[in-house]
Amino acid sequence: MKYIDEFRDGAVARAMASRIAAECEPGRSYAFMEFCGGHTHAIARYGITELLPPAIRMIHGPGCPVCVLPIGRIDQAISLALTHGAIVATYGDTMRVPASGALSMMKAKARGADIRMVYSAADALAIARANPAREVVFFAIGFETTTPPTALVVKQAAAEGLQNFSVLACHVLTPSAIAHMLESEEAQKMGAVPIQGFVGPAHVSIVIGSKPYEPFAAQHRKPVVISGFEPLDVMQSIWMLVRQVNEGRAEVENQFTRAVTREGNLAAQRAVAEVFELRESFEWRGLGDVAFSALRLKPEWAAFDAERRFPLDYRAVPDHKQCECGAILRGVKAPVDCKLFGTVCTPENPMGSCMVSSEGACAAHWTYGRFRDIAVVGVAA
Amino acid sequence: MSTAITLERADTAIPAEAADPAARPAKAGRKDYIRPIDFKHGRVDMNHGAGGRAAAQLIDELFTRAFDNPALRAGDDGAVLDLPPGHRLVMATDGHVISPLSFPGGDIGCLAVHGTVNDVAMMGAVPLALSASFVLEEGFALRELKRIVESMAAAARDAGVPIVTGDTKVVEKGKGDGVFITTTGVGALPARRRIGGAMARPGDVLLLSGCIGDHGVAVLSQRESLGFEATVKSDTAALHGLVAALLAAVPEGAVHTLRDPTRGGLATTLNEIARQAGVGMRLEEAAIPVRAEVEAACELLGLDPLYIANEGKLVAAVAPEHAAAALAALRAHPLGREAARFGTVVDDPHHFVQMATAFGGQRVVDWLTGEPLPRIC
Repeated sequence: MKYIDEFRDGAVARAMASRIAAECEPGRSYAFMEFCGGHTHAIARYGITELLPPAIRMIHGPGCPVCVLPIGRIDQAISLALTHGAIVATYGDTMRVPASGALSMMKAKARGADIRMVYSAADALAIARANPAREVVFFAIGFETTTPPTALVVKQAAAEGLQNFSVLACHVLTPSAIAHMLESEEAQKMGAVPIQGFVGPAHVSIVIGSKPYEPFAAQHRKPVVISGFEPLDVMQSIWMLVRQVNEGRAEVENQFTRAVTREGNLAAQRAVAEVFELRESFEWRGLGDVAFSALRLKPEWAAFDAERRFPLDYRAVPDHKQCECGAILRGVKAPVDCKLFGTVCTPENPMGSCMVSSEGACAAHWTYGRFRDIAVVGVAA
Repeated sequence: MSTAITLERADTAIPAEAADPAARPAKAGRKDYIRPIDFKHGRVDMNHGAGGRAAAQLIDELFTRAFDNPALRAGDDGAVLDLPPGHRLVMATDGHVISPLSFPGGDIGCLAVHGTVNDVAMMGAVPLALSASFVLEEGFALRELKRIVESMAAAARDAGVPIVTGDTKVVEKGKGDGVFITTTGVGALPARRRIGGAMARPGDVLLLSGCIGDHGVAVLSQRESLGFEATVKSDTAALHGLVAALLAAVPEGAVHTLRDPTRGGLATTLNEIARQAGVGMRLEEAAIPVRAEVEAACELLGLDPLYIANEGKLVAAVAPEHAAAALAALRAHPLGREAARFGTVVDDPHHFVQMATAFGGQRVVDWLTGEPLPRIC
């Protein structure tokens, strides 16, 4: 594929790997967090860990939109379909997330809930147009990447005068999550977060620009390199982070210049600002309540707000006691540190959020990387 | 009510094929004239599954005529088949529920033939005959049914494997998805031949007969919610000819395992074999053939070609000393032109299928978890 293969070139990767290794100072170790699930997926799928020198440790962050979705929100979406008889349109990877009562959206569907998988917010709107006699709710999840499309469909629904369409807004904000992690209790207790720098989001940054990362890079002295999702992007960004750490810099650098600007996509930002406002607090799975970290519809769009349209209660549901997703999402623990990992918690039967989506830290490690936990046996091919 | 399918018929002219005495079963007299089924406007109704005259008529005018062979013509409850001496019987079955019913490169009809013929062929057997069981949904257009049955008949003819017995049931509207087809196949296996998942052993070379992911992407491209136009055609094909060519090219016993990577794709098939045989595998990502269009569609949808279904490909685990001859035999066959050697069977008590990525890293190729769902990021 043109314009894709160039970013997956094995020969270039090997050259980049030796540059990174040469850049690492002897005796020094480096720990970086890739915030986004997209990066976690790329690292796992292309086997980037193998190419990095042992001195570099990558910590998988909480940037998997499905993983941070709290159980209470999925319960709401399920109740919209099961109790209120609405058609719920959802992105595919939320289907398997475990909810209360041994349910998930997929299991609710099997019990008769009308839950439909869509590839875009616009598809949800099309379902509403085609079913004028039914309530249609779009389960609007995701970071800043998926927020503008939701804003646009709300505006479009209003323009068309659609009476049966609403969204259950669960859009969350990246910068507040990163700041929350850096300010977490563990971080304070340990004196410093083990993370020395961040591989910054790709698609999120296309929308919000690189500017929003500047305050905490300066305040917490953590370098951020905004990186594309292709494996060579990730490697180059790691190289840039190593250089920043070596030189004692803590800047926001942009590796993904082919798509990200400092200001971001202003048209998208305007659409979001028009439709959404900040929530005072929002529960993140694994992180708990995080202040000003999510969006809801502004009062003037109340007619399209499922939370106002339906009598929905929000009930926070705790994770399994031994589930370490919270610590894993904050970068304090690795998947293998969790007692449930690979025993009762597997992709077939996820207990915690990190095991649900292939972007989740646990699922990615289980699916692509668990052979590293065991002394490698057998003969090489 | 009892003749709902004929009520809608406007013209009374008897279609040419209905007037052809050779195509119709012999009748005792001319009194029991039955108005031919209206395949243009008619629909399946509950009578077609009730076992009465309407059911018999549908069988006569559609199934028997399309699948025509002596066993079926005999009209008995079962078919009698000869098993060549020195052979054992192989039996395989496959249910087909696919949406949409037609896709670029095929439809549920030919798929139902190819799927089962291939399952028999993967055992190293020569497919002899098929059975077909139809579950029809009330209201399903007879025109559509006819098209599917004719496609099935053509596939069976091309494969040289007759459909010798069958069954039709009708379920109420809303309780089926148009048509479900279950086919069962039997084949003749030379008494001493042993080919199976458990036979793969460390050192074996893994061969693939061509590009992966064509079928799954062709089907996905037709789903209503995905408005992309793919030029990818399903690879649906009967593979027994390819298997015969492969087995003829190497000594008996050189091919240890044959399997068609259908649902769950290549990744799932390899994990099945690894578990059955108690071995591990090492793959070379760069050696696995994938069409650029398939790669692009998967990229767009956040899917991995390794997990996408195929309906006309096979994987073989072959003794290393015969791998070159086996690969040459696959490549010499029209269905194996793009065949490739893509990995090795290794000793590994954890039964991991590991892959050297084209990028230069290493990763596990795991089982498919649930349905392949697109990622949002």
